Order: sequence, then C-alpha cells, then structure tokens
Amino acid sequence: MLEIRNLHARIVDDGTEIIRGLNLTVKAGEVAAIMGPNGSGKSTLSYILAGREDYEVTEGEILYNGQSILEMDPAERATAGIFLAFQYPMEIPGVATMEFLKVAMNEQRKARGEEPLKIPEFLKRVKDAAALLDMDMAMLKRPLNVGFSGGEKKRAEILQMKLLEPKLCVLDETDSGLDIDALKIVSEGVNALRAPDRAIVIITHYQRLLQYIVPDSVHVLYRGQVVKSGDKSLALDLEANGYAGVIGQAA
Amino acid sequence: MNIHTTPQRTPAETALIDAFSDRLSLLPGDGTVMLKRDDAIEAIKSGLPTRRIESWHYTDLRRLLNAVPDFDPAAAAKAIAPIVEGSVILPVLNGVSSAKVPVIDGVIVQRLSEKLTDGSIAPGLDPYGTDDAIGALNTAFVADGYFVDIADGAELDKPVELQNLQAGGQTHVRLAVRVGAGAKAVIVERQTGEGAALVSSVSQLLLDEGADVTWLIVQEQPDTATHLAQFKAHLGKNSKLTLFVMNAGGKLVRQEIVVKTTGEGADFTLRGINLLAGDTHTDVTMVLDHAVPHTASTEVIRNVVTGRARGVFQGRINVHQYAQKTNAKMACNTLLLSDDGEFSTKPELEIFADDVVCGHGATVTEIDHSHLFYLMARGIDEKSARGLLVKAFVAEVIEELDDEAIVEALETRLDGWFATHG
Repeated sequence: MLEIRNLHARIVDDGTEIIRGLNLTVKAGEVAAIMGPNGSGKSTLSYILAGREDYEVTEGEILYNGQSILEMDPAERATAGIFLAFQYPMEIPGVATMEFLKVAMNEQRKARGEEPLKIPEFLKRVKDAAALLDMDMAMLKRPLNVGFSGGEKKRAEILQMKLLEPKLCVLDETDSGLDIDALKIVSEGVNALRAPDRAIVIITHYQRLLQYIVPDSVHVLYRGQVVKSGDKSLALDLEANGYAGVIGQAA
Repeated sequence: MNIHTTPQRTPAETALIDAFSDRLSLLPGDGTVMLKRDDAIEAIKSGLPTRRIESWHYTDLRRLLNAVPDFDPAAAAKAIAPIVEGSVILPVLNGVSSAKVPVIDGVIVQRLSEKLTDGSIAPGLDPYGTDDAIGALNTAFVADGYFVDIADGAELDKPVELQNLQAGGQTHVRLAVRVGAGAKAVIVERQTGEGAALVSSVSQLLLDEGADVTWLIVQEQPDTATHLAQFKAHLGKNSKLTLFVMNAGGKLVRQEIVVKTTGEGADFTLRGINLLAGDTHTDVTMVLDHAVPHTASTEVIRNVVTGRARGVFQGRINVHQYAQKTNAKMACNTLLLSDDGEFSTKPELEIFADDVVCGHGATVTEIDHSHLFYLMARGIDEKSARGLLVKAFVAEVIEELDDEAIVEALETRLDGWFATHG
C-alpha cells in the first residue's frame, strides 16, 4: 500500500536535510510501528506523507497504491485516503468542530463522487464514534480543538480518523500526553480500525502504546533512515536495551 | 497680516453647495432648524476635510469624494425582508419615511420630517465638533427618518429594523431613538440600496438608567455608493449598549461612532467586522468618552482585506479626570489577504484619571499556514479551507453576541459576502 524509496527531504526554510535515503514498505492490513530517538525524523516523515509544504522532497519516491503522491496537495492526499493524526492538533478558533467534521466528510465524499451525508445520518455517525471513544458531544460543539486538553485533542483526532475512514492512517505520537485510561480508549479506537484493506503507521517514541496496539512490523528510524526492521519483539528489545545498541550497529 | 486664501472648490463641494440652494425650499424645518442648516452649509463651504485634519488623516474626504449625484425624487426603492424574521420594519425609501408608521406596544414612532417641521429635534442637529463633516452634511440636508421613543420598562420582543434603502441620487436620513429606564430592545440599522448614491445617515441614541440595547448596523451598499454615517450614543447610569457594526459594501464608507458614558455603571461593547473588497475605501472611526467613574467598554474590530481595498480603524478612548475605575479594552485585528490591500489602524488612549485599566492591541496577519494545512489534511480543498478560516476569523466576533436569531442572521449576511467575494 505504501512504498517509500530512497527518500530524501529537507526543510524548505533553511535547507536542513532531515530524511536521508529512507526506505519503507507497508502492506495493506499491516500495522507498522516507526520508532526512534528524538530528532531522528519521525514527525517529519509523517508531515511529508501528509504533504506539508514546509518540507521539500529532493530525491526518491513515495508510492501509495503504486501511484506517486509527491505532486498531490494535502487535500488530494486526504481524499485519496491518507490520514495523519497530528501530534499537536491545531486549535482553530471560530471553526465549530461539528461544522468542520461535516465539511471534511462531505468534501471527501464529493471528491469521490458520492452524495453529501444527510444531517441525521451525519449526526448518527458522529454520536456513535464519540460514544466509542468516550467523548462528550458537548465538546464537539466547541470550536475545533479550542480549550481541549491534550487527551481530548488526541481523542478528537481518532474520532476524525474513524469518521473519514482512511486507507492509510499515520499516527504521530498519539500516545504522548495520554494517561493510561485514555491510552486504552484511544488504542481500542485504533484497533477497531484494523482491516485487511487498511494500513496503519504508528510513530512513537515509547513501546508503551505498542502493548495496546500490537504491530506487525517495527522499524527504527535514525538520522533520516530506517536502520533496522523487525517484528514486535524488536520493540521489546528497544524497551529493554534502548536505542544505543541498534544505532551502534547501524553506525 | 493674515491672508486667507480659499482653495478652489472641488466639483463635489460645488455640487453640494448648489444642491443646498436648489433643495432649500423643499427641506422641512422651523426657524431654529433652518438656522442650523445654514450653519452646516457654511461649514461645508469652508471645504470638506482633508488629510491635514487629524481625524480625517487616513480618509481625505475632499480628495476621495469626487462626484456628488443629483437628488432623484422619482427613484423608487422597495422594503426588503428583515435580517431577523418577524422584525418590525421602519422603512426609509429613497430618503422618505413611511406615512404608515407601525404600531409597537410601548413605543412611540414618529416621522422625522414632522419633528423637523415642529423644530423639536433641533437641539440634536448640532455637529459635535469643527471636524464633524458628516454631522454638518446631514444637518444641512436631512429631510426624513424616524424618531423612536421606547417607554420606561418596555421590553420589545421583536427587533426593530430601520431600513435605509437608497435608489441612487442623494439621501440624508436621521434616526433618533430614546430608550427609557429599564427598557430593553434590539435595533437593526440596515444600510443598503442599488444606486451610485451619496448617503448620509446619522443615528442618535439615548439610553436612560438601566436600559439595555443591542444595536446592529449592517451596511451593504453597492460598490458605487458613498456612505457617510454616524452613530452617536449617550449611556446613562447602569445602561448597557452592545453595538455591532458590519461593513460589507460601499465604494467610500466612513462610519463614525461617538459614544459617551454619562452615568456610573454604564457598559459599552463594540464589535465590528469590515469585509473589504475591490477598489474601495472603508473607515470606522470611534471616539469614546468615559466621562464618569465606574464605566466599562470593550471594542473588538476584525477586518478582512482583499483586492485593492483600503481600510481604516481609528479608536480613540478619552478617560476623563473624574472617571476613576474605568475599564476599557480595545483590539483591532486584520487579515490581509492580498498584496494590494491596505489597512491603517490608529488606537488612541487619552487618560486623565489615575485609577483605571485601559489597554489596546492591533495585529495584521495572513492566514495561518499551519491551520490551512490542518484543514487540508482532512480533505478540504485549499479554496474552501481558506474560506473556512477567513469566515472563522470574523465569525468569532458574531458568535459573542449570544443571541441565536441574531447570530444566525449575521452569519447569513457573512455567507452572502463570501459567496460573492470569497
């Protein structure tokens, strides 16, 4: 589903190269975890997948279902089924959360040639998803993410992911800022989305989240490259021995 | 020795002076009113204000007002649907009030032409200063409008909507409103029409003790019209005024807001949005006097500038020497969406009291790229995402009004503007 080949990318503003020859393949139905120390390029990778303009791909290719996405803007990627759950979701005053959800769902439907959702159907879907994530509907009446706690923001991201039904989900440090109860709820939300035609990429610093969302593959990112890949036991190994060993081998 | 040279009159000045001679015999008013008209036209004869007059520095009326249309008594205008369903409408069509004045419980409504004829409105016709060009223009030419008196304790369950609808030519209208002690009302002032008109419109509001008024000015003139407006209010003891101003049209617009707190405990809120497009000039100028102790005010102005539009906000707060415990906060935020657009903002605080809380702030920004990215990352295309963010920037101010029917009505006006200019 996702194939990244020899990807090089830099920050547009200052030219700093962050991704330096990254290779990664994630198949449909797979849950892949990307781990790595701070500054290894994990979040940058998530932004590049979503199409953030602050980064420029200088070499290599990102294929999504065999097609290059490099020329697509963030909205086109989203409508094609790519979803990024942000590490730090933006607070947008003045945009009502419900209105935002409706516009996003219907814009995606429109791009796929589907009819807009009728209001009762839309409300039902939001209510069902919110109930699953133990979210209060009153929260969704507020402006988008404004005044949400860290945990509420993360839940709101997963709620959006659920409603938009993407095919490639990228979760950037979704576990950060979550207490253990919230972590369980969010993880259940993600697990419910596991499907044979959907791939999930989990970017995380710690192994903790992977106890609840068990990955099929684990990849260690260091200095903009995948330096080691393995199965879920790699995550446990990293937890026990730290990154030093893996990085040492690579260096 | 002083040598006074009168600069050559502009075509607009000449046209106004000629129009006054032509109109004089048709203008209503007793002796006192006619004397005030004479004084007013003298002020115009000495020249329209230029950028050398401080309060007109960013709006050089003499240069910008380059044509004055003739009066067109034959032009027709039709009343339109009110912004809030079920409102009582006071129509002023092409400058003329309705002979059939609506009946509202607890309210006296009179045609302003009658109040001019009997002279009872004369004291309110004085301009408020030598630089009050809008006041002078209106006093010279005002022919009609309404006088509204809301009885003590009356609570109007429906908004009253004044519709000043121009049909080209010139219209000079005045609305004088007194709100009695403890009375409560929502008043909508619609300013729109269809022609390349010159409109002057003055609203005067007097709030007695404990009165509570929400006043909405919705200005949607065509981009051929010159709109010169003034809103003047005195706020009595413990009265509360929420003034909302929306400018979403006009070629040359100046909306002056002159407010004075005259009673302790008075509370003034100003919320304004300026939606600027095309090759237009829009100026909102506020002079607020905190004249007695223990009064509060907050002002928030949000501007969206597109095309080659130019905008101005001047906000002056005077805190008088005895006006201790004044609490005043003013903010002006501008979203500049084009390279050729322009916005000038001038906050002024003049404080003579020593125990007050006053503050002001101004920002000029573009659309936040991280917000844009976030919305697009959810599949909302760039144009719609920008539209959502721009609308959000101004809608925030509307939502504060906290009255569902009003918020909905104003958002409809907002959507209308974005549909044509977004």
